[in-house]
Amino acid sequence: MSVLVDARRWWGRWQAENQGLIDEWRRGLYRFQQSRLSIIGTAIIVFLLIVALTGRSWVPYPEDAGFTTHVKIRLQGPSREHFFGTDEYGRDIFTRTVWATRTSLIAGTVVVLVGGLIGIILGGIAGYFGGIVNELIMRLTDIMLTMPGIFLALAITAALGPGILHAVAALSITWWPGYCRLVQAQVLSIREEDYVEAARCLGASRPRIIFSHILPNCLSAIVVKASMDFGFAVLNLAALGFIGVGAQPPAPEWGAMISKGREFLPYGWWYSTFPGLAMFLTVFGFNMFGDGFRDVFDPRARR
Amino acid sequence: MGLRYYLIRRLLLIIPVLIGLSIITFVISHIVPGDPVRLAAGPQATAEQIRKLEEEFGLDKPLHIQYLNYMRNVLRGNLGQSMMNRHPVAMDLKRYFPATFELVVVSTILGVLIGVPMAMAAAIFRDKWPDQISRMTSLSSISMPVFWLGMILQLILCMKLHLLPISGRFDPRTPLPPNVTGLLLVDSLLAGDLHKFGIALKHIALPAFCQSLIGIAVITRVLRADILEVMQRDFVIMARASGLPERVILFKYVLKNALIATVAMLGHLIGWELSGSVMIETVFDWPGIGLYAVRSAMTLDFQPIMGITLFVGLLFTTLNLLVDISYGVIDPRIRYG
Repeated sequence: MSVLVDARRWWGRWQAENQGLIDEWRRGLYRFQQSRLSIIGTAIIVFLLIVALTGRSWVPYPEDAGFTTHVKIRLQGPSREHFFGTDEYGRDIFTRTVWATRTSLIAGTVVVLVGGLIGIILGGIAGYFGGIVNELIMRLTDIMLTMPGIFLALAITAALGPGILHAVAALSITWWPGYCRLVQAQVLSIREEDYVEAARCLGASRPRIIFSHILPNCLSAIVVKASMDFGFAVLNLAALGFIGVGAQPPAPEWGAMISKGREFLPYGWWYSTFPGLAMFLTVFGFNMFGDGFRDVFDPRARR
Repeated sequence: MGLRYYLIRRLLLIIPVLIGLSIITFVISHIVPGDPVRLAAGPQATAEQIRKLEEEFGLDKPLHIQYLNYMRNVLRGNLGQSMMNRHPVAMDLKRYFPATFELVVVSTILGVLIGVPMAMAAAIFRDKWPDQISRMTSLSSISMPVFWLGMILQLILCMKLHLLPISGRFDPRTPLPPNVTGLLLVDSLLAGDLHKFGIALKHIALPAFCQSLIGIAVITRVLRADILEVMQRDFVIMARASGLPERVILFKYVLKNALIATVAMLGHLIGWELSGSVMIETVFDWPGIGLYAVRSAMTLDFQPIMGITLFVGLLFTTLNLLVDISYGVIDPRIRYG
C-alpha cells in the first residue's frame, strides 16, 4: 500500500516538476494528430511491429524460413495456399517475407541505436569540451562525411566477410557522423544557457551537466533525426543484402530475396515483387512517421 | 575576407581530409580477416606462390611502411593495380568514371525537369490535390528501394513490352561512337550519328529515371518550401499590390529567389546520386565505378577499393566546395567566412 502511495507521490512531483515538458508533448501530440500522413505512418509502423513480434508464430509454413525443399511446387505463382508464390526450392515466399520483417526491424534499430549513440557521445564530448578535443572529433566527422556511406559499408562488409551481423556493424560504424554534427551544434548553443551556468556554479560535476542538463535538451532533435533515419537504415541494409554482402542464405532477408528473385525475373515476377513491396511499405511508413514527427518537434520546418 | 583567401583555405583543408580518408581505408582494407592474396592466387596455390604474390604487392612489409609506399605511389598518380586482372586502378577508374558521370548528369537533369514543375504546382495549389500528389510522390520516391523498382521496370518495360534494352550502356552489336569525352550521348552527337545517340539514350533511360527519383523527391520538397516562404515576403506582396500579372510575379520574383537553395543543393544531390550508383549500376549492369566497387569488394581486391574510396572522397570534397562557392555566386549577399 505504501509503495503505491509513494509511487503516486513521486508521480505527482514528477508531473509538477516537468509541467512544461508535458505540455509541450501534449501540444506535439495534438499537432501530430492533425497530419493525416503521420497517422497513416503510425498505423503502418504499428502493423509492422505486430507482424514482427507475432509473425513467426502464425506464418503458414514456419519450416520454410530455413533450408527446406519442396521440389514439386518450385516457382509457383501466387495461389490460395501460397499468397506470394513459392521460390526456387518451393518455399513459401509469404512465410519468408513475414519472417524477414523482424530481422530488418531489429537490424535497423541496432544501426540507428549504435550509430546514434556513438554520434551522441562524440558530439557531446566535442561540443562540451571544445578546443582541441572538438577540433579532433569534428575533423574525423568531416572525413567520415566525405565518404558516401554505402561505399565504405561495402568495403567494410566485404573485408569482414558477408553476413547480416557484419552488415549491421559496417552500417553502424558509418552511421554516426550525422548525429555527431547535430549534437555538437546543439551542445555548443545549450552550453551557454543560464541553467547550465547555474548548475556549474552549484558545483555539478561535468558528466552530470552533460547527461542531465545538456543532453535531455538535445533529445527532441535527436529523436526527429532518428525517426527520419530509420527507414534509410532498413533500406541500406537491404541494399547490402541485395549486393550479396548482407544476410546469407538460407536466412530470409528482403534484400537477399529480391536479389535471388532477379535470376527468375522473366518467369517468376512474384519472387522479388513481394519482398520489395514489404520493404517499400516499411520505409514509407517510417518516413511518413518521421515527417510528422519533425513537424511536431521542429516548428521551424513546418510548412 | 575575399573569395581567393577562402578558396585557398578550403583547398588546403582538403589535404588533411584526404590523408585521414586514406588512413581509414588503408586500415580497413588491411586488417581484414579474409585473405585477399589466397583468394587471388586461387585454391591450388602453393605456399611459395602465395609468398611470391605477397612480395609482389609489398604485403610482407610492416603496415606503416606499406602505407607510406602506397601514399608515395598515390602522389605520383599511381593507385596500385588490381590483384584480379592486374589492371592499374587509375586506368580502370578513368575507364569507368565517364559512365557514372553520364548517368549522374542525365539523372540530375531529369530530376530538375520533373522536380521543379512539381514543386511549383505544389506551392501554387498549396494543400490542394497537386500538393498532395507531389507530397506523396516525393515521399514514395525517397522510400523506394531503387534496385527493386529498377528490376520491376526491367520486367515490365524490357522483358514484357520490349520497349527498352535491359542493361548495359550500348548495343553490343553496334560499334561505339569515336571516343572523345567518354560520354556516349555526347560522343555520338559529336560524330553526328543520331542512330547511335538513340541507342545510347534508350540504354540510359531506365537507370537515369531510377537514379533521378531521389532528385525529384528532394527538389520537390525543398523548392516548394522555399517558394512558399518567398511568396510571403514583402516584395512579392508589393508586386502583387502593384497589379503585376501573377505569371510575372511567379517566374521573375518568386522562382528566381526561391531557386537559390535548390541550385546550391544540386552539388549534394550529385553526391547522393554517386552513392546510389552502387545499386543502380548493379541492377542495370552499367559499367561505372559503382559496379567496379561492388566487383572489387566481392573479390576482396583491396587496391581498387582503396582507389575508389579515395577518388570518391576527393569527388565529394570537391562537390562540397563547389556547393559552398555557388551559394555566394548565386546570392551575392552571402559572404565567405
